[in-house]
Amino acid sequence: MFSLLLLLLSLPPALALECSKDHQDGYQVRLSIKTALGDQAYDWNESELFLFKATIAFAMRKYTKNETYDVSNIVVCNETPRVSFWFIVVNPENPTLAITKTRVEEAVRVSRNRINNAFLLTDKTLEFLGIPPTLATPVTPATPPWLIVFGVVIGAVCAGIVALLISSFVRGKRANKAKEFAEEDDQAKGADKGISGETFEDRNGVYNQAFSDDDRFTQL
Amino acid sequence: MADSEDAKSGDERPKWDNKVQYLLTCIGFAVGLGNVWRFPYLCQVYGGGAFLIPYLIALVFEGLPLLYLELAIGQRLRLGSIGVWNSISPYLGGVGVASMIVSFLVAVYYNTILAWVLWYFFHSFQNPLPWSECPVNEDLTGYVQECLDSTPVNYFWYRQTLNVTPNIETNGSLQWWLVLCLITAWCIVYICFIRGIETIGKAVYVTATFPYLVLTIFLVRALTLPGATDGLIYLFTPDWNLLLNPRVWLDAATQIFFSLSLAFGGLIAFSSYNPQKNNCERDAVLVGCINSATSLYASISIFAILGFKATSNYNTCVQGNIIALTNGFDVADQNITVDNFDSWLDNLNKTDPAKVSYLNLTECNLQTFLDESASGTGLAFIVFTEAVISMPGSQVWAVLFFVMLFSLGLSSMFGNMEGVLAPLHDLNLVPKWMPKELFTGCIFVLSCLVSLIFTMDSGNYWLEIFNNYVGSVSLLIIAFFEIIGVVFFHGMGRFSDDIEFMTGRRPNLFWKACWMCISPLLLLVVFVAYIIVQVQTTPTYPTWNPDYVDFPVTDVQPYPTWVFVICVLLVAIPVGPIPIVALYRLINRKLRRTGRTDTSRTSNPYANEGFNMDT
Repeated sequence: MFSLLLLLLSLPPALALECSKDHQDGYQVRLSIKTALGDQAYDWNESELFLFKATIAFAMRKYTKNETYDVSNIVVCNETPRVSFWFIVVNPENPTLAITKTRVEEAVRVSRNRINNAFLLTDKTLEFLGIPPTLATPVTPATPPWLIVFGVVIGAVCAGIVALLISSFVRGKRANKAKEFAEEDDQAKGADKGISGETFEDRNGVYNQAFSDDDRFTQL
Repeated sequence: MADSEDAKSGDERPKWDNKVQYLLTCIGFAVGLGNVWRFPYLCQVYGGGAFLIPYLIALVFEGLPLLYLELAIGQRLRLGSIGVWNSISPYLGGVGVASMIVSFLVAVYYNTILAWVLWYFFHSFQNPLPWSECPVNEDLTGYVQECLDSTPVNYFWYRQTLNVTPNIETNGSLQWWLVLCLITAWCIVYICFIRGIETIGKAVYVTATFPYLVLTIFLVRALTLPGATDGLIYLFTPDWNLLLNPRVWLDAATQIFFSLSLAFGGLIAFSSYNPQKNNCERDAVLVGCINSATSLYASISIFAILGFKATSNYNTCVQGNIIALTNGFDVADQNITVDNFDSWLDNLNKTDPAKVSYLNLTECNLQTFLDESASGTGLAFIVFTEAVISMPGSQVWAVLFFVMLFSLGLSSMFGNMEGVLAPLHDLNLVPKWMPKELFTGCIFVLSCLVSLIFTMDSGNYWLEIFNNYVGSVSLLIIAFFEIIGVVFFHGMGRFSDDIEFMTGRRPNLFWKACWMCISPLLLLVVFVAYIIVQVQTTPTYPTWNPDYVDFPVTDVQPYPTWVFVICVLLVAIPVGPIPIVALYRLINRKLRRTGRTDTSRTSNPYANEGFNMDT
């Protein structure tokens, strides 16, 4: 009888490590299912917890590549209605030994996307407190988009300037040609009139040098 | 009579295609960025609806008379600002030169603001908008620290756009991206100026009308968003006590003055292209009233959006508190909502007050968010861009907003550059061989080079200096001399005759009373009050310094002495020509009079010394 009791007492520590809040190798997990899914939120129950343990076991297997982790190696405690709890991963060969925090963290980071998707959640709604979400690598396109818009605008404006300058130039040339024709006509008319002393002739009439321009002194 | 004067001036003066172009150009010049980002701020800070009273009084007694005067004098004398004041009296020639210098200095920094608007416009085509989230730092471990300390919107403005230095003494280098935007802005203004008012007149059909369209769209959209009515109520709730503060009246007078773009010479130039027989009285009243109505309309739109932004911020604040409570007390997800937050908080406070205070919940007050006021570039590039992020379809709203700002600024630039180019043309400084387009291009290249100052790292600080010192006191002085010049040198009687010739009737008693005593008196009072206010405060400026203890609060620094000297120069250089030219003409006349007693000094062989020509 006593030996049976002793056996029973010694078994639990051999079977599982004591999980507690703030355990040095444990992580707190927090789920916000209603925030993420709204009306389609599922209830958190034992089966969901089983799925969670399975995903963590999967993450550990993937990370270590050969060690066979099982659902029983994931110890969960301190569940709250928030849906938050603590978990510790124990070594499958030696259940009294916990896997160190850093190894668990790295394993979770590698498979974070798979874990999130299993629960239809995201990094923000399935939080591992202490494991920061991996930032998405910034998408840097070859040319910054603003340079493309800039190129379009400056190209259009330069094309417009060139077009307007050319049309001004053409217009000016055409006006000059019309002026030349008008001048030729006038000169032809002048020759017909037969006025001599062309050096004094101006289009506005004959300039009388004797009459000087006094106007500039009357301003003040 | 009009035709003979045209023939006397040589080549034909350009004309507006129709009256609408002229009116739209004047309205576009008057309606600028200040209507959108200065007036709503003043309205908010000076007691909402109550501010409209000093504003309207200033409009009627100061704005409209000065506007009418400028339009009338330009239309009658058919010259740019320098020519006009030379004609009225050679001693007043300096007023025109002063207008030209001020127009140039303002154009130079104003276009930099347009360059910033273009920069934001170019970036509005991305998803997500670059100012909505912090960029990741170099080793991809987290976000940039400076951005985390302040906000993504602030970081994008101060770091990624301006790359601002901690103070004005540190100059930094030219920012290539801003130089590109600046060149683009100058090119766009140039393309509208190529053929003078021929191209300007076509451009204003778009630039003057588009802002109204966008403001209406924003108003309609904002009214469908939550919190818009809070913003509007907040804006217009009058606080009558503030009317007792003289500062309110001073700011109303200066706002109406600068808002109408008086004393730049641009309005004189624009009206000089009119036919002489044009009712400029009606034009003046129309332009003045439309300008003020636009300010009011813009403030409605802006504050509807700002009300929405304040409500969004308030909701975010409350949500943050809810999450803190939910996580702290492990309450089931979404049990605490915005509605029952207060009752939950009371319950938890009764059961475990220590834990509640440990959570450090922030106090969320809608009024505090509404009180966050901003004007100028802060409103456009920080506050409004933040509001746009929360609106669904942010890219569309951002593009619309920045195109509106650009067209507002562009139509004002027309007036600024016209105030520079028209006097140069009238002074016949353009060599005959140089086509108009080339000359305009040269002036623009010069302006572009000068405005490169503002693309330096410390450019924002210099722009604030230019904004505060160039476009303020000098304009008041110029306007004062304008009114004195017309009333006393030209003569009220002669001016009334001119107006009768142009509009068909003499100006009534109200206009005469304003021109002869009310407006000059108001200008003098505003000028003196402005000086007093400036002298009382030591000039300081807010700096963006990431190493500052209280960052992201701006570190307010005083101006160093050499910068202060530049500020004084910026006021003195435009105003200087007024006494200088007057003295020069006076001395010239004295010399000429004394010179005539000497023999053979004159080139006129018919000068009879016995006959004094200076009657």
